[in-house]
Amino acid sequence: MADHRFQPETLAIHAGQIPDAATGARALPIYQTTSFVFDSADHAASLFNLQTFGNVYSRLSNPTVAVLEERVAALEGGRAALASASGMAAEAMALLTLLQQGDHVVAAGALYGGSVSMLAVNLAKLGIETTFVDAASVDSFAAAMRPSTRAVFAESLGNPSLHVLDIAAVAAVAHAHGVPLVVDNTVPSPFLCNPIRFGADIVVHSATKYLGGHGTTLAGVMVESGRFPWDNGKFPGMTEPSKGYHGVKFFETFGDFGFTMRARMETLRVYGAALAPTSAWQVLQGIETLPLRMERHCANALAVARFLAAHPRVGWVNYPGLPEHPDHDLVARQMRPVNGTPGASGLLAFGVKGGLAAGVRFIEAAQLMSHLANIGDTRTLVIHPASTTHRQLDEAQQQAAGVAQDMVRISVGLEHVDDVLWDIDQALAASTA
Amino acid sequence: MADDIATLRRILRTSRTIAVVGLSAEWHRPSYFAAKYMQEHRYRIVPVNPRYDEILGERCHATLATIEIPIDIVDVFRRTEDVMPVAEQAIAVGAKCLWQQIGVKNEAAAALAARAGLDVVMDRCVKIEHARLFGGLNWAGVNTGVISARRPV
Repeated sequence: MADHRFQPETLAIHAGQIPDAATGARALPIYQTTSFVFDSADHAASLFNLQTFGNVYSRLSNPTVAVLEERVAALEGGRAALASASGMAAEAMALLTLLQQGDHVVAAGALYGGSVSMLAVNLAKLGIETTFVDAASVDSFAAAMRPSTRAVFAESLGNPSLHVLDIAAVAAVAHAHGVPLVVDNTVPSPFLCNPIRFGADIVVHSATKYLGGHGTTLAGVMVESGRFPWDNGKFPGMTEPSKGYHGVKFFETFGDFGFTMRARMETLRVYGAALAPTSAWQVLQGIETLPLRMERHCANALAVARFLAAHPRVGWVNYPGLPEHPDHDLVARQMRPVNGTPGASGLLAFGVKGGLAAGVRFIEAAQLMSHLANIGDTRTLVIHPASTTHRQLDEAQQQAAGVAQDMVRISVGLEHVDDVLWDIDQALAASTA
Repeated sequence: MADDIATLRRILRTSRTIAVVGLSAEWHRPSYFAAKYMQEHRYRIVPVNPRYDEILGERCHATLATIEIPIDIVDVFRRTEDVMPVAEQAIAVGAKCLWQQIGVKNEAAAALAARAGLDVVMDRCVKIEHARLFGGLNWAGVNTGVISARRPV
């Protein structure tokens, strides 16, 4: 008899955690320990040889952190996952495992600023070159591919550009060149979008955002689909004996979770960006209510987008959940419906009439909305990128990053939508006063 | 074909002796990993490989036919096209399960064994399935698919 297929609402609560074997504890225990005892010298040898599964040291694996890993893997429909100290760390674990000196990356332009820095500055220092392309053009991905390309990197839903990636089309470009598509799925969260379903090979998350959901805890997760053919000749690090882990051939030995094992044993073990067990526990508390929260984030954001679109002091609105958004068909194809309409998450951007000065006045007039640089909180968050996160760029660079002078980004929270609309309305009145 | 959690659990829980066909004596080979793991989890491993006299402290047999003790699982680390004779021997010695490892997918051999009343598993690793269903694989961040409100047993 086939196994029952559990729904995401159930996986969000149960996946990865069964009652504790030792105590019967129903909720997840926090295993606050650096190290784990060996039963014998032979047991220790087996663990170090990866011949048996077990815990050695919490920089490599920890039973509380492992629950977060399995839960996100299950929610994404992936084979395995690796947690790390932040979303940036998750991205670094994926890319540093995948790439080496002389390799080339094709990445969507207008990525989250931290991702641009990692690719354009930090990986460039290691001799890994990135070509940034127009995320809206599948042809521009194809045109940038080289024989040395070893990864394609993009966001499923761009932050702050809110561009929607055609995942299947870009995956086809990557696969035609025998390389994996790596997708940052932070903004939709795994409840609204599963990039692996559309062909992505590796998914990364800042779990700090919607997964944790409460603005309390930094965490990141990398998920592997289990479907990429690592033995296609382009990834000797997956098929040859590992220099970083005494000769293990990761793909041969661990098969469809070999990439995650290699990221854990070669990359996380050495760079040390491990997630604290208490942080994993806090993020898991958040994940239990992820489906409920995402439904409310989507409903509130759609109401805010409609309100803004009809507001006389607003020049333009960018929310992929609006039917008039240019990527709305892609949203409908790739994202889970919420209340009968495609769920487009809680992030939107709009232009205040009056340009930069009006944008600054809007932010300063907000009473309920918090002025800070984060997204995916229970609280509604607001920021004016041109005067904050992107102020070091000139106007042309801001345009390239998808940041207009009058642009305000809102991460719509879980407050009563009427109260959010009230605050937006009074702040708009103040912005043009 | 045994492909669901309940059946795989039953096979692994009721089995004690595993004949590993094609077991390597090289410590870094997947067959050695799997056999060593199962041995550590209280299964009796019987190596089947004409190239060696002894592996993992157990006498090595050239074929299944010379093994003197009852065999529960015949675990096959051979190429797909070489599985049929192993399936025929497994039936002849009265094994209870023909288990083809990851990447080994001989449908005809599986069908033959199933008609003879054996449980058949294909394209799965005995070690990974044991760790998935009885604990351990979850520590490696792998999606086990196990959802349960009971303590692991």
